Amino acid sequence: MMIYGLALLALSFLLGQWIGEVLGNLLGINANVGGVGFAMIFLLIFKEWFLNKGWFKPDMETGIDFWNKLYIPVVIAMAASLNVKSAISSGSLAIAAGVLPVLLAFLIFPMIIKSFKSA
Amino acid sequence: MEQLLKVIDQNGLIVAFLIVGLLTYFSDLFSKKVLNGKIPGSAIAIFIGLVLGYLGGVFSGGEKGLADITIFKGIGTLGGSMFRDFAIVATAIGASFLLIKKSGLLGLISLFFGITVFFLAGVALAWIWGYRDAVSLVTIGAGACTYIVGPVTGAAIGASSEVIALSIGAGVVKTIAVTILTPILAPMIGLNSPASAMAFGGVMGTSSGVAAGLAATDPKLVPYGAVTATFYTGLGCLLCPSLFFLILEYFI
Repeated sequence: MMIYGLALLALSFLLGQWIGEVLGNLLGINANVGGVGFAMIFLLIFKEWFLNKGWFKPDMETGIDFWNKLYIPVVIAMAASLNVKSAISSGSLAIAAGVLPVLLAFLIFPMIIKSFKSA
Repeated sequence: MEQLLKVIDQNGLIVAFLIVGLLTYFSDLFSKKVLNGKIPGSAIAIFIGLVLGYLGGVFSGGEKGLADITIFKGIGTLGGSMFRDFAIVATAIGASFLLIKKSGLLGLISLFFGITVFFLAGVALAWIWGYRDAVSLVTIGAGACTYIVGPVTGAAIGASSEVIALSIGAGVVKTIAVTILTPILAPMIGLNSPASAMAFGGVMGTSSGVAAGLAATDPKLVPYGAVTATFYTGLGCLLCPSLFFLILEYFI
């Protein structure tokens, strides 16, 4: 049943977001800390577990894969609902502080990869 | 016509499916016929999305881009944080737990490294632009991390609303810059494996930007980048108003 896969995804999502909120609260900050990351790890663990038990059926994966494939369209919609205008017009410092560090990070990135490989 | 507008108004999310589908179709067509596939269709569609977001802001004067125009309001639902996060989590189905575990340390190091680099670069630019007080410098540095870290930090240490708005602006510009630059620069910086995508997510941090950029580069890399990027905002909200603020205050 496809809905089982979708429900499993929903369960992982809610558990992960919950942990993220609790963690943010414990750290005393007003933000969700890694909720999406925890949810992804839950989903991977559940999938492993279901596979081992022989419960994981191909059409369960269909329910999850639908959302996986919908990811790029969601990102397109997200891009269209960003506050692009105010970001561009909030002044030269906002643009500089948004773009220049990104360029710096692109420059540094290959060094991190390299130093980690050699370490 | 009145009836059609009524249907559109009452079914915003469904309208959004149609619009994004059409946008994707024309972007793919443009990518194949005009650009010979040199830039992926998804990258073009995301870029057009940004342009539409800009136009939406110009016409409506609102804060949610195209979604502020009534007939396109469903775009805001489809692109909102609930669907975005749900779809990002779903991408994990194609990821390997083993690979994530293996590169966990690299991801963690990249996170601390990324937040420090963006924070310091943001502070340095704010300094060049004439800000001298620790509160404003830290808030703008935090905004260079993500558009959530900026206002959270600014609120915590008592920055002015003008500086907080500036930090949000910087964060949104960062998301846009990462979205556009990732597919262009990926081949030059060796961004081609799950491990490098995890490091990339940690260094860049903006989950929307990383996820959109990787989607346009190679969709297989999305879950690996997202799994580290998702910790960036939380870690930034933790470090910027506390440790980073204290250190900077000490020097000023």
